[in-house]
Amino acid sequence: MTESLLELSGLTKYFPVMGGLVFKRQVGRVHAVDGVDLTVGAGEALGLVGESGCGKSTTGRLVARLLEPSGGTIRYNGQDISHASRRELKPIRSEIQMIFQDPYSSLNPRHTVGTIISGPMEVNGIQPPGGRQKRVRELLETVGLNPEHYNRFPHEFSGGQRQRIGVARALALEPKLIVADEPVSALDVSIQAQVVNLLQQLQRDLGIAFLFIAHDLAVVRHVSQRVAVMYLGKIVEVGDRQSIYERPRHPYTHALLSAVPEVELPEDGVGTERIRLAGDVPSPIDPPSGCRFRTRCWKAQDKCAAEEPPLIQITGNHEGHLTACHFPEEPTVHGDQEIVLDPALA
Amino acid sequence: MTLPSQATTPEAGSGPSPAAVAGAGGSPMVGRSPAQLMWRRFRRDRTGVTSAFIVAFYFLVAILAPVISMVYGKDPYTTYGQNQPGLLNDYGYPILPNGGVSGDFWFGLEPGLGRDVFMQLVYGIRTSLSIAIVVTIITTVIGVVMGIWSGYVGGKTDYVIGRIIDTLLAFPSQLFLIVFLPVVEAAVVSPEEETPVWLRYVSICVVLTVLGWATISRLLRAQVLSLREREFIEAAKVTGASPFRIIFKELLPNLWTPIIIQSTLALPLYVGAEAGLGFLGVGMTEPTPDWGRMFLVGSNVYHQDITYLIFPGVSMVIFVVAFNLLGDSLRDAFDPKTRR
Repeated sequence: MTESLLELSGLTKYFPVMGGLVFKRQVGRVHAVDGVDLTVGAGEALGLVGESGCGKSTTGRLVARLLEPSGGTIRYNGQDISHASRRELKPIRSEIQMIFQDPYSSLNPRHTVGTIISGPMEVNGIQPPGGRQKRVRELLETVGLNPEHYNRFPHEFSGGQRQRIGVARALALEPKLIVADEPVSALDVSIQAQVVNLLQQLQRDLGIAFLFIAHDLAVVRHVSQRVAVMYLGKIVEVGDRQSIYERPRHPYTHALLSAVPEVELPEDGVGTERIRLAGDVPSPIDPPSGCRFRTRCWKAQDKCAAEEPPLIQITGNHEGHLTACHFPEEPTVHGDQEIVLDPALA
Repeated sequence: MTLPSQATTPEAGSGPSPAAVAGAGGSPMVGRSPAQLMWRRFRRDRTGVTSAFIVAFYFLVAILAPVISMVYGKDPYTTYGQNQPGLLNDYGYPILPNGGVSGDFWFGLEPGLGRDVFMQLVYGIRTSLSIAIVVTIITTVIGVVMGIWSGYVGGKTDYVIGRIIDTLLAFPSQLFLIVFLPVVEAAVVSPEEETPVWLRYVSICVVLTVLGWATISRLLRAQVLSLREREFIEAAKVTGASPFRIIFKELLPNLWTPIIIQSTLALPLYVGAEAGLGFLGVGMTEPTPDWGRMFLVGSNVYHQDITYLIFPGVSMVIFVVAFNLLGDSLRDAFDPKTRR
């Protein structure tokens, strides 16, 4: 594996839950991120998938240090930045940038495109050769926009174009790592492809590492070299793209993959198994003991409640393919049985 | 950063346009800022433009009061009716019909003292408007600072400021004004001395300000709370921007709209409040001309001389209505979604 650029170990983020009528006091905490270990290599695209509310976005915000972790460490290039102050972060800020989910709220409506993209350079006092305006025009060209859009305002652009402006802003500081927090989920399907291809091209051409957060498995498969699957604040399975998509071991990964709609059935007539999970994700305020997935897992046994499965390489897995499960599935996505756990759909 | 980009705007607009026209059928690549769009929308609003002219006229009158006085040849202090015989009758009322309106005294004479009503009104507008403007500016500044502070910092600060605002808004403000104006003055001037005019002016401003900043502050706090969660603030944080920069470069440009609208609507309110004080006898004292105190005089003499009440009354109605319409038009121009 390539030298790791970003290293998360035991990363946790708890949000306090306040209660009480007159005097607010903490009555509980949301385990948004609960012990995440991840590494992102230089120039590597790591996809982070999981359903809504599982802590993907919180992880991304922790990495970009928009939030301060409750525990664990974030190491960037070997340097611990988990509790660094704004001043200490200053040199690293320019190397970790972020692309946001909603292109309609991520651009200040009162600024021109030029001001928006040159803002990061201004904050960090970067004076590129040929001036900031020239650099902004180059960046606009890089992301596939007309450099003449320099003096336009965000409201004059479509969603896809706005997201490109957001990408250009992230690129302005020549970062080494970009946290892309669901960068295409707010876009039209036809526009999604364009933006995804742009990000992929940037990753290849400029060698930028990506932490690509998404819930769309097809998109993640397209962009990422490695994929991590998250469930209720924990990583349940991580591995290279091939292993995760072709040889998943964790039941949750199976369930996720089976939910991807496919247009064509395979020629051999054996369709992919379809797993429908029952119920909702348990509350992250009071997560289940042991394996978090056990409440919705069809293979759950007593051991799952008692003992938390470690994230390890299970026999039969490729190098670097880690799974946190006591009773892993067969390494295949094909199957003839239809597992339906939801009584409403049975 | 805004300046250079604006400086290049004309070049970018005029420079490539011949080529663009030849090439792509050309639209000049200069975007319209939200502010420019507002200005265009506002110009199309006939009511708004008319009210703007009326309001501007009042401001001109207030500013140019000494010039008007010079041209008109009279001042608001001389008691013409008592100095010149034949203007007031034995009871102190003007002899000429309609309150003594004539070529010499355009709006007639004040019953009793015999001062010139036109000059009284012009200088009265000057006094009232200047108080209202001062109060509006100070309340807006305090309100903006407190609103952004409590909205952006949040937590305990927000709680404390919020409760102060609650308390202030719960006060019956008219009563508070009447009660506290003498108190403020008594704190500074001993009862034997005469209250100087400037002190009365300052204490009116202070009391109106203390009661006035809460509204705009609460409004801006709510705006900041919603803006703070927007992703462009986070984007600025990711680049390492300081809180100072985030407030002034990212938040404030988005707050000008509510600030302008709110202060436009507040100004006629303060004119009204000041007039109310004058009417109740706790406003500006004689001999300083005051718009509101003219109503007090007028209400005493309206049985014999209704004309005296008409001039300040009509002019204030026109002013407040025009200013409120202007405020509404501004709001429409700033926020096209709230069309009536």
